Amino acid sequence: MRELIRKLVETYGPSGVEEQIRAVIRAEVEPLAGELRVDPLGSLVVHKQGSPSAGSGQAGEGQCIVLDAHMDEIGVMVTYVDEKGFARFTRIGGVSPLTCAGARVAFADGTVGVIGVEEKREDASKTPKFEQLYIDVGATSRDDCPVHVGDAAVFVRPFVCMERAQGTRLIAKAMDDRIACAVLIETLRRLEHTPHDVYFVFSVQEETTLSGARTSTYGINPDLAIAVDVTGTGDKPECRPMAVELGKGPAVKVQDSGMIAHPRVRDLLVQRAKEADIPYQLEVLERGTTNAAAMQLVRAGVPSGCLSIPCRYIHTPSEMVDEGDVQNSVQLLLEVLRTA
Amino acid sequence: MILRELSEAVGVSGNEGDVRAVLLDAVREHVDDVRVDTMGNVLAFKHGTGRQRMRVMLAAHMDEVGLMVVGYDDDGFLRVRSVGGIDPRLLPGTLLQVGPEHTPGVIGVKPIHLLKKGEGEKVPKLEGLVVDIGAKSKDEARKLAPLGTYATFTTRFRELGPTVSGKAFDDRAGCAVLVELLRGERFRFDLHAAFTVQEEVGLRGARVAAYGIEPDCAFALEGTIADDIPKDKDVSPTTELGQGPAITVMDRSFIADRRLVNLLTSTAEELGIPYQIKQPGIGGTDAGAIHLAREGVPSVTVAVPCRYIHSPVALLRLDDFNNTVQLMRASLSRLTQRTLERGKD
Repeated sequence: MRELIRKLVETYGPSGVEEQIRAVIRAEVEPLAGELRVDPLGSLVVHKQGSPSAGSGQAGEGQCIVLDAHMDEIGVMVTYVDEKGFARFTRIGGVSPLTCAGARVAFADGTVGVIGVEEKREDASKTPKFEQLYIDVGATSRDDCPVHVGDAAVFVRPFVCMERAQGTRLIAKAMDDRIACAVLIETLRRLEHTPHDVYFVFSVQEETTLSGARTSTYGINPDLAIAVDVTGTGDKPECRPMAVELGKGPAVKVQDSGMIAHPRVRDLLVQRAKEADIPYQLEVLERGTTNAAAMQLVRAGVPSGCLSIPCRYIHTPSEMVDEGDVQNSVQLLLEVLRTA
Repeated sequence: MILRELSEAVGVSGNEGDVRAVLLDAVREHVDDVRVDTMGNVLAFKHGTGRQRMRVMLAAHMDEVGLMVVGYDDDGFLRVRSVGGIDPRLLPGTLLQVGPEHTPGVIGVKPIHLLKKGEGEKVPKLEGLVVDIGAKSKDEARKLAPLGTYATFTTRFRELGPTVSGKAFDDRAGCAVLVELLRGERFRFDLHAAFTVQEEVGLRGARVAAYGIEPDCAFALEGTIADDIPKDKDVSPTTELGQGPAITVMDRSFIADRRLVNLLTSTAEELGIPYQIKQPGIGGTDAGAIHLAREGVPSVTVAVPCRYIHSPVALLRLDDFNNTVQLMRASLSRLTQRTLERGKD
């Protein structure tokens, strides 16, 4: 799975410009999928038809289930190119200026830029504002600047795999939410039989407006939806208290600031984890939300929940997950899908 | 021009009746069907000439920002709150028209003679302002302007050479562009025009209009921020007057569909129509609601740059207006289902 994860996290795909990452995912899932389509906003929808379980011979015992992982990542967008060829920018999704200074960003065509900070600030000890940052792509004037207003870039960091006796940690940009894309692809690969009609949705524009999952779910009209996404942890020095730790298993969401998980979905995940002896944790996230918040409000309402992969340093260029948690997430999803 | 009539019509969010009447008269003869939906949106329909059934939504909002009466002082002054985003710095001393009878009003202000030291530098809060309609008592004020009465600016439309000024160019400029498009030749696709309500208070009209229309793609037409007044730092003017229609790539409400952005920019470049990309990340438009309708609607926003929007008077270049109409017409003429086809990426 590591090579798959490397490929996914290192691909360019800020919200709204998901063509490249969609092509990478499409190449992975095409041989595995029954039916595959790209819906109006650009989400990739892969359908795995349910089949009656051996022995029962009865069709229609399963449910229509959406598994969602968003393929877009946070990034920045050029808002202005000044006379000297420096690009001012705004954020795409929840980027903090704190992680910007000195960071490198890459545009769709591979152009790389460095983020600089204005030196003449009133209080240099304070975190700069976005208006005080700029991207330097090595241009000397507006005319020779290779990037233009509206061009989007993502942070650049290589994928790192740290093998330790106590567990393997994976570090990269865009673990949010490519790690869940990897979990979905791996689940699809290993899912031989399911009584359910399962739609694997690789959705667009989560980081900005939760748009892709909302519209895809409308099109599919499922009985149940599960967003697979990263969540924060409470196991770092002087961090906000949170009862989720890296390496203690996938987290079953109870609630976050945008939604309360449907009890049926929450209990289903917990029950399957217990039955299969898969480690899991319960999660209450005080700040942030996922596509499940949008999916549960589609049409007449969709019972929705969230399977979270614990992740440190979310929305920085170095997001860290535990490989065991990732593998257990796949295992848990397989358990959910295999039985009625 | 229709922009004059639209600009001078009164239509604060939730009270778009006068603008609706102007628009119904303006488009009725040029469309195959026109109706008003439950929210008050004007929905006009024009058959396409092509064999393929493709539904394209063009939206412009009818409502403008304004004020609403929420209370009274014993002396007969009105207390107001804003409907949509208004900068209170612009209000003291402003003329208003209040209610359906266009009752004249003035936002009360202390004469400069009486200002205490430092008082002149303070920015007033909307909660502290009063509207004076000449009433002598609370009862009289209540009778002239019952609770919930709307008020707006009284600015007349004026021509200043290549430029025009007036109130409510956000979004009567977009409405006027849409009227011009409806008055022209048919397109290949079925055109669904929506003049929407309540954009300024949460993109509400567009949301139901898009659900009803169920379009294959959508264009929101706007009058947008031009911040090209002198600055002491080399930073973005958001948009500039005279540089042509402003195309949105991303704002606070949505990310534009790149295929539609490319259709617009390539059309502009081939035909030599000036255009600009609006500073990303600023503002929000009806496209924010439209792109979420049903299974999703690829959308983009095209706007006439306007200085001083959401104030008593805005200013736009007729060149920009005409180029917006021209760019939209040319781009729509090239729009087919193939524009929205996705290759294998």
